[in-house]
Amino acid sequence: MIANPATLRPDHERIVITGVGLAAPNGNSLPEFRDALLNGRSGVSEYEIRYVGKTLAGVCSFDELRYQKKKELRRGTRAASVGIYCANEAVKDAGLDWPNLDKSMVGIYIGVTEHGNVETENEIYELRGFDYDTKFWSHHHNPRTVANNPAGEISLNMGITGPHYTVGAACAAGNAGLIQGAQMLRLGECDVAIAGGVSESVRTFGIFASFASQGALATHSDPAKASRPFDTERNGIVVAEGGCLYILERLSDAKRRGAKIYGEVAGYAMNSDASDFVLPNPTRQAECVQLALRRARLAPEQVDIVSTHATGTSSGDVQECTALRSVFAGSEATWFNNAKSFIGHAMGAAGSLELGGNLPAFADGVCHPTINVDTLDPECALDGLVVNEAREKKRVDVILNNSFGMLGINSVVIITRI
Amino acid sequence: MGPAEIKETILDILEGIAPDEDLSGLKDDVPLREQLELDSMDFLDIVMELRKRYRVQIPEDDYLELATMNSTVNYLTPLMKDLEKV
Repeated sequence: MIANPATLRPDHERIVITGVGLAAPNGNSLPEFRDALLNGRSGVSEYEIRYVGKTLAGVCSFDELRYQKKKELRRGTRAASVGIYCANEAVKDAGLDWPNLDKSMVGIYIGVTEHGNVETENEIYELRGFDYDTKFWSHHHNPRTVANNPAGEISLNMGITGPHYTVGAACAAGNAGLIQGAQMLRLGECDVAIAGGVSESVRTFGIFASFASQGALATHSDPAKASRPFDTERNGIVVAEGGCLYILERLSDAKRRGAKIYGEVAGYAMNSDASDFVLPNPTRQAECVQLALRRARLAPEQVDIVSTHATGTSSGDVQECTALRSVFAGSEATWFNNAKSFIGHAMGAAGSLELGGNLPAFADGVCHPTINVDTLDPECALDGLVVNEAREKKRVDVILNNSFGMLGINSVVIITRI
Repeated sequence: MGPAEIKETILDILEGIAPDEDLSGLKDDVPLREQLELDSMDFLDIVMELRKRYRVQIPEDDYLELATMNSTVNYLTPLMKDLEKV
């Protein structure tokens, strides 16, 4: 067992996860999602969307009416609905005394890859029926498409009067939201942070069409086999929706109320490639991982599980593996996995969902696999890649979660057992 | 379209705008906003639905005419008398 370096900080500066609420294409709670990841259950299915036609996607099936009225659903956005479900579930899971909590000290920090595409596409589609006469353009358009919408609807739904906003960070957004929450707790801007990422991206045809035009939209006769990072037959991304929001608190507060603690945010880093719109840069990715490790005062060989970002594209997977090999060469105890192989790429939710799926490893000591690897691409070979079957590790103390995005945005979060 | 059909149309629109509400006991002479959870955006939805379905334009100055079911039907009757219910 490692000495937990985070103990060098006083408890009021240490940030811990005390609640998890999630909606994934293969599970509507952490136990369901974890069970799917350990038992190879895919969440990818056939899907059809206007203009693009038949394709594949990871679509969620959570109970929208558990926390929202029909009217709220009609007026609001899917991203917000995902967020509202996850936030309420996370609060419940954390066991917070919600009715008596000072809502002005709760902050909402939601990572999004994009927001407003779905609503704008829908409105233009409707407007076509009125010969593009803007008198028929909805007054709901602006409140639905402002960039803070998913966070703002959570504040409305839950009566939270502290700060709320989204963090636009392409597909690094799930980590970015969580990092923002931890930072705001350290700054004293809030006492409880609801942080992570959400995505409604399966409802915009544009994202499918753009990936298709880029030659990066996955196809496969069996939907469950379509998302296949690291496999030689991978042919692109499966777009997914979902969300995963965490309750973050200072360790001192969590201890005071005797909260269940999933793990500690021991380190994080974000940096930029500054090299290409879409092609990742393994040198910068490696620098981001190393920076997070330095901040957590951990050596690579102390990391038990690396949750990779790999999306199933021909070049992106290779680039990440190049970065990881450069950092983790010789780290024999480090295992690697990938949740996109199960659910596709949940965009703004990807980083937080993929971390969430690994958190139970602190308790059960199991590393979920990356599935659909029939023939491992030699360029993606990583010592310690957990392929197709879950594998038991004696003990898991450190989880490192990669999440990268377009325009060269990189993020790494490290969670340690506490 | 006569007053009865106009009332049916308004009720149909309200069902969409306030899907959680029971409209069966709605009183025709009491302001809608006193009986239903309707805010200004919902109110604009009524205006927009009438515009989309029947191309009826209601100037902002006339919005107060839509306060109760009775006043709404009275206001819309001359505007919709030559229209067929859809």
